[in-house]
Amino acid sequence: MVASTPAKKLFSVTLRVWRQASPAQPGKFVDYPAHNVSPDMSFLELLDVVNDGLTVSNEEPIAFAHDCREGICGTCSCSINGKPHGPGKGVATCQVYMRSFQAGDVIVVEPFRATAFPIIKDLVVERSAFDKIQQAGGFISARTGAAPDANSILVSKAVADLAMDAAACIGCGACVAACKNASAMLFVAAKVSHLGLMPQGQPERDRRVLAMVQTMDEAGFGNCTNQYECSAVCPKTITHDFIARLNRDYVGALFRSKLQPVSASAGGGA
Amino acid sequence: MAKLDSKIPSGPLADKWQQHKTQIKLVNPANKRKYEIIVVGAGLAGSSAAATLAELGYRVKSFVFQDSPRRAHSIAAQGGINGTKNYQNDGDSVHRLFYDTLKGGDYRAREANVHRLAEVSANIIDQCAAQGVPFAREYSGHLANRSFGGAQVSRTFYARGQTGQQLLLGAYSALSRMVGQGAVELHPNSEMLDLVIVDGHAKGVIVRDLKTGAITRHSADAVILATGGYGNVFNLSTYARQSNTTAIWRAYKRGACMANPCYTQIHPTCIPVSGDYQSKLTLMSESLRNDGRIWVPKNKADIKKEPSAIAEADRDYYLERIYPSFGNLAPRDVASRAAMRMCDEGRGVGETGLGVYLDFADAIKRLGEPAVRERYGNLFDIYHEITAENAYQAPMRIFPAVHYTMGGLWVDYNLMSNVPGLFVLGEANFSDHGANRLGASALMQGLADGYFVIPYTIGDYLAQQKPSAQSNIDRPEFKQAAESVSAQTQQLLNNPGKEPVSHFHKRLGKIMWEHCGMARTKQGLESALQKIPALREEFVANVKVPGSAETLNQSLEKAGRVADFIDLGELMCRDALTREESCGGHFREEYQYPDGECKRDDEKFGHVAAWEYQGPGQKPLRNIEPLNYEFTKMSVRSYK
Repeated sequence: MVASTPAKKLFSVTLRVWRQASPAQPGKFVDYPAHNVSPDMSFLELLDVVNDGLTVSNEEPIAFAHDCREGICGTCSCSINGKPHGPGKGVATCQVYMRSFQAGDVIVVEPFRATAFPIIKDLVVERSAFDKIQQAGGFISARTGAAPDANSILVSKAVADLAMDAAACIGCGACVAACKNASAMLFVAAKVSHLGLMPQGQPERDRRVLAMVQTMDEAGFGNCTNQYECSAVCPKTITHDFIARLNRDYVGALFRSKLQPVSASAGGGA
Repeated sequence: MAKLDSKIPSGPLADKWQQHKTQIKLVNPANKRKYEIIVVGAGLAGSSAAATLAELGYRVKSFVFQDSPRRAHSIAAQGGINGTKNYQNDGDSVHRLFYDTLKGGDYRAREANVHRLAEVSANIIDQCAAQGVPFAREYSGHLANRSFGGAQVSRTFYARGQTGQQLLLGAYSALSRMVGQGAVELHPNSEMLDLVIVDGHAKGVIVRDLKTGAITRHSADAVILATGGYGNVFNLSTYARQSNTTAIWRAYKRGACMANPCYTQIHPTCIPVSGDYQSKLTLMSESLRNDGRIWVPKNKADIKKEPSAIAEADRDYYLERIYPSFGNLAPRDVASRAAMRMCDEGRGVGETGLGVYLDFADAIKRLGEPAVRERYGNLFDIYHEITAENAYQAPMRIFPAVHYTMGGLWVDYNLMSNVPGLFVLGEANFSDHGANRLGASALMQGLADGYFVIPYTIGDYLAQQKPSAQSNIDRPEFKQAAESVSAQTQQLLNNPGKEPVSHFHKRLGKIMWEHCGMARTKQGLESALQKIPALREEFVANVKVPGSAETLNQSLEKAGRVADFIDLGELMCRDALTREESCGGHFREEYQYPDGECKRDDEKFGHVAAWEYQGPGQKPLRNIEPLNYEFTKMSVRSYK
């Protein structure tokens, strides 16, 4: 295969990049020509090369978020030609390769846009709202040292597989950026479903979903109106079916929270 | 000269940890809240430590340079985590994992540490399962296992090809829970740039807020570094682009010893380099070697042929040929060097000739494509994204790449460095993997250190200290450290240079890969020790760092990290030059058996080399901690 591949043809594109010096200052698009682009180059590697050029010519490089460059850390966060994480299905920005573009293309690059994700600089946004949602309830309380033998909790393969589908979320925020309501419901649904499916997650299931949804609302994310743009851009192709599961869990938990008797000594220590 | 007391408890190997736990000092629950602990880094080791220490009642401050702890690079570990559950009934035991790890490390790790690691490995699996980590399951609902290199039992637990992600998200959820309760103060986007020492004890850190540029001082009763490895000294590696050595390097410059820095792991199964612009090498999990077969053409004339056009008889399945009992699951260092030998013989494949085939044709024939897809689908997808090739139809091409560093800050049995109050966990320390780490053992060590070791051992130190952190940040030591950080920042920004930082990083990477990579020689290392100081001079004179100190400035971050990499690279070469033997990931061409295997010199080098900083421009001091093997015989490592 590779042995017979002809020499790769290099080409030129124009990057039209959102530049914004700080949260308070207005931003604008600026064009940067890029030459000698190899189809095997990743999109972020092209940004590296452009930035080195800017540095040499005494301009400030483009700030962009990135880290693992293998699609798992969820750091990279820009929209390419209007689509969070750019062309291609089931990949993050760092897994976009220049072979997805044609010679002469004008490639529009901008940060994820949502009220709950304020811009820090250029293509970098603040996503700590996601951490706050996790802190509110995105966990199973399992004190270190108190765990029973792992095989004492059986989990059927079907449940474990489905939980894993949800747990694959990388917390990048593309779902929010793609949604016209800037809803974080796919993100919340993924965590609620992962933990709510597992037998270990049952004791806190109601508390979890109520707390996470409340925090999500407080952070300024919108709600789902069933357009499914979120799952269409999700780099881990997490399905919007989990949003249905979230809604079901939420309604049930809300209902039960009104009905359930609460022990008079709840919250008191032993 | 640093005092290196390993503090290994006496008594029989299997009882050391249990006895130690009952003998070390405790801090009573009411007093724990008086102590403040700084944890730098939030990968598996950092998150698990911060969460567990907060659960115990300590006040914890967690610092991480990523924008969220969930993005630490443990997230990228693919294959699995070892645990001695013996759920497969295939003869696994604590002793066997201990022995495999010690042997895998080519007898350059401490016996007592490795035994403790094997002992707590089963607890880790329990802990993670209780957190809801969606491990792979059998239809019965029991946990599934797979095999990894260097072991003849099946003891690796996994969550598809994303085990690191799931374990990290488990630790992150535990950490988030404690942040939510107010027990951990979380500082994301915060990079540690100096360690502060007061009266000989680690008492705080200097941190730069990466969003605002603000430089702040933070005090504590103890400081934990869990900041990962330094493989990016090679520029190209499987590490995240921002992984760096700065935290441990600055601690080294404050007196913590750096142990065995030359022990680097080159992973055999990565996607080969394609061009000069390349920023990252992508790993293909070792788990692929369970079912994939590695080969090169027998004849040089065939290397440019389509692999399908090469007859079975003309293929050399060299790992199966040379190491029949371990075959394709030979340990990483062994498999990497074998690949390099094949390429040196002119039998490498691909455009550059730097590649070997990893072939799934037999597995697909045996199991069917759907089964292979279920086991490895995400890895085949990654391969396709990067190379635009379909590995179900033609073999993958793979080549070794830098993946892990076994060296790191020296720690004693309690995971405390030679600087009292400074603890080092996970990949950042040197303690458990000797000269080579086995697959699925990094996740194990990170979580062992964070969940099950430091919560006990830090108490022993704190119980002997008065809680006194509150007033400390006004002390001259803090002021001086913060000023020196600001001065370095200004110096980089004001430098009248012309070249971007990346040029220096690339050049350093080339020097390191050529002279301190998979095979090292005296001559090569000596030449590297000429080239690196020259590169440093050029860096100082000619690096260009645009922008200002008061905003997000990624060039500035990178410049500080690369400056530290240059210094570290020099120390690595010095360490590799001094260690006149071959062991594990450290292969000196002068010291090998006729078949190309590592030739150790236990008499001269059966020790840990712990380097001590002596000031700028001064040669560092080489301290020695002898490795006394009480229970195991250092033997020639064989996987044949």
